[in-house]
Amino acid sequence: MSLFKQITEKPWERKGIIGGLKPEGTFKSPAERVALNFFLIAASIVFSLFGVSYYIRMELPDWLPIAEPTSLWFNTVLLVLSSVLFQWARNVVGNGGSKNVKLAFFGGGVFAILFIAAQLQTWEELQLTGVYLSSNPAADFYFLLTGLHAIHIAGGLYVWIKCVFRMVTGAEAKEQRLSIELCTVYWHFLLVVWLVIFAVLANT
Amino acid sequence: MAYVPLADQDHEQELHHPHSWVEKYVWSQDHKVIAIQYGGTAVLVGLVALVLSLLMRMQLGFPETFDLIDPNAYYQSVTMHGMIMVVYMLTALLLGGFGNYMIPLMIGARDMVFPFLNMLSFWFYLLSVLILLASFFVGGGPTGAGWTLYPPQTSMAGTPGHDMGIVLMLVSLAVFIVAFTMGGLNYVTTILQYRTRGMTLMRLPLTVWGIFVATVLGLFAFPALLVSAIMMMFDTLLGTSFFMPAIIESGTPMDYEGGSPILFQHLFWFFGHPEVYIVALPAFGLVSDVLSTHARKNIFGYRMMVWAIIAIGGLSFIVWAHHMYVSGMNPYFGFFFATTTLIIAVPTALKVYNWVLTLWEGDIRLNAPMYFAIGFIFTFIHGGLTGLFLGNVVIDLPLSDTYFVVAHFHMVMGVSPVLVIFAAIYHWFPKVSGRMYHEGLAKAHFWITFLGTYAIYLPMHYLGFLGVPRRYYAIGETDFIPASAQTLNESITIAALIVGAAQLIFIFNILWSLRNGAKADPNPWGSASLEWQTPDTPPVHGNWGDKLPTVYRWAYDYSVPGAKSDFIPQNMAEEDVEMEDSAAKGV
Repeated sequence: MSLFKQITEKPWERKGIIGGLKPEGTFKSPAERVALNFFLIAASIVFSLFGVSYYIRMELPDWLPIAEPTSLWFNTVLLVLSSVLFQWARNVVGNGGSKNVKLAFFGGGVFAILFIAAQLQTWEELQLTGVYLSSNPAADFYFLLTGLHAIHIAGGLYVWIKCVFRMVTGAEAKEQRLSIELCTVYWHFLLVVWLVIFAVLANT
Repeated sequence: MAYVPLADQDHEQELHHPHSWVEKYVWSQDHKVIAIQYGGTAVLVGLVALVLSLLMRMQLGFPETFDLIDPNAYYQSVTMHGMIMVVYMLTALLLGGFGNYMIPLMIGARDMVFPFLNMLSFWFYLLSVLILLASFFVGGGPTGAGWTLYPPQTSMAGTPGHDMGIVLMLVSLAVFIVAFTMGGLNYVTTILQYRTRGMTLMRLPLTVWGIFVATVLGLFAFPALLVSAIMMMFDTLLGTSFFMPAIIESGTPMDYEGGSPILFQHLFWFFGHPEVYIVALPAFGLVSDVLSTHARKNIFGYRMMVWAIIAIGGLSFIVWAHHMYVSGMNPYFGFFFATTTLIIAVPTALKVYNWVLTLWEGDIRLNAPMYFAIGFIFTFIHGGLTGLFLGNVVIDLPLSDTYFVVAHFHMVMGVSPVLVIFAAIYHWFPKVSGRMYHEGLAKAHFWITFLGTYAIYLPMHYLGFLGVPRRYYAIGETDFIPASAQTLNESITIAALIVGAAQLIFIFNILWSLRNGAKADPNPWGSASLEWQTPDTPPVHGNWGDKLPTVYRWAYDYSVPGAKSDFIPQNMAEEDVEMEDSAAKGV
């Protein structure tokens, strides 16, 4: 039953067990996925509001654009690779296989860690060229947005580490299917967020 | 009653079984224990906020007589009273308390989807409260910037708590938002995915609908507060200028340049206005169920009530700038927000009509929960009507920052939800504790609180018309405020002290009844919704024994024509309903 249909039925008219004998959720997916989707919406709102603030603050006269370091392109490649590896693990496990799942899944996380390290390295570079926190609103936003994005990846890595730990201690990859799928969704989300942040930073 | 064997449930939840007293009552993962932990903490911190308000009233009513607080302490009290009441008391009590207790019981689940996360949510909430209260004990005290925390005032030397106080406030809010997100994801997912068989969305009691939409609002609106808190924290601690403009403090320029205080206001109210409905919608839901049960009538216009909750939730995101009419905005902008503000009055008024029509020709049982519920209709109408004044730009401008505003929001989102909370506590107390409260004391509590509310807030409207400004430590002598305004202030203070003291009756009643109250019937009000049909009272861990209930009808089958009993529980199959005339079975 569609959501619209569900909330337009007249409950005082229909009696009995509606929808058969099995209890059904509103969405045909595991609770964890539903919760993750709500979380992703909330996180998108956080990033969007920072984006709105960025554009409003940019209009004010003391804004001095900073030159984005070219190393960001390299960092982006790391994050793309991370996402690709997660997707690979997900595809295999989604088709019922288990070959190379662990390798791809571990690799995805490792590339994410490399991404964070590379972002920190870029921070260092910027500071050497005189761009540091509170030097200029554009720089402030740079550190704020990249930092917040890195924290979100770190949060994802917490779940990743838990899952890796389960796999290392003997759990079959198939049993971790849901965790692998949710990690993949989350990583794609953070990749998209990063691409938007990068585009905003590079074009202003 | 028909139950489905455990084996047939392919959705059966694995429960965390506690092994010790500490696991059962302290690190509990049971939604009912967490609800009481949440509720208890919220009430305690609410009492702190109540005492702060009484200190303010003593100062305003008798400025020369008592020397309890100085101007700094007054501003700190204003700030902490507001923030505690809105966020740490009302939001936590309605969603963390009632949300936790009611959702699994009303939808026929054994617990929340993620019990561990639920437990974590409470402990983060407690941590946020402790951080907030810690600001009373640091140098400079808590922030006195007003609960809206507007920059640049928050960081200026003239504002009390401009160093540690504001930092603790921001950290506490951030921790609270983390706590809320963990709880909120739980509530939303549980309601959507863990309903028992037969429990369609449109069979949910309105309490669950109110909590559901309010939680979604919270998940989407608290990010705005988080964003503004993070940027303000950067401004305060790291010297950035997101919000702080170039400004001179005591003759010397501060180390800020070019920030936008108005940007903060937009972000804050993008959270702040939905927050009003985060508090109001659960209250709307709870009061609907109390009214329907005690009027022995189905709620009038159930579908409209659900849609109105959803519509109010959606509209609440596009009205925020009506809090900022005096910030110097473009008149067209103001016109837009005035229009949306008045539009939101439509679904809200619809709900009020439906409550009143639920009472129409009902078999009303005037017991304490019903007193409070009907009292709520009064205060909500009064507070709502003054909202129509303030929603219009031209009327808002002269009334802005006067006691009219104070009276308006206290009536509509202070007293009204609090009356519903009392109604709900009295209503569900027999299920939660297994004992009855003292009816006489509860009614005394109602009359003093209800009449006292009017004695406090009606005169404030008049003070507002006179132009008495809010947030002033003392008015002193002015040309435009007559001396009689002070007499009104005195009477308001006396009424506030009486109402404040009357809450002790409530606390005594609850504590006394927990031990000495008469043993309660499992379903003393003859309520149709699922939470009253548990096999044990109070419900035990797992709620439903070994079989989850099956739901055959909506939650409002009261006074069904032909039926012997004046209510039919949600889990009673059609063939089990006893009819007055046995031939009429199956009507």
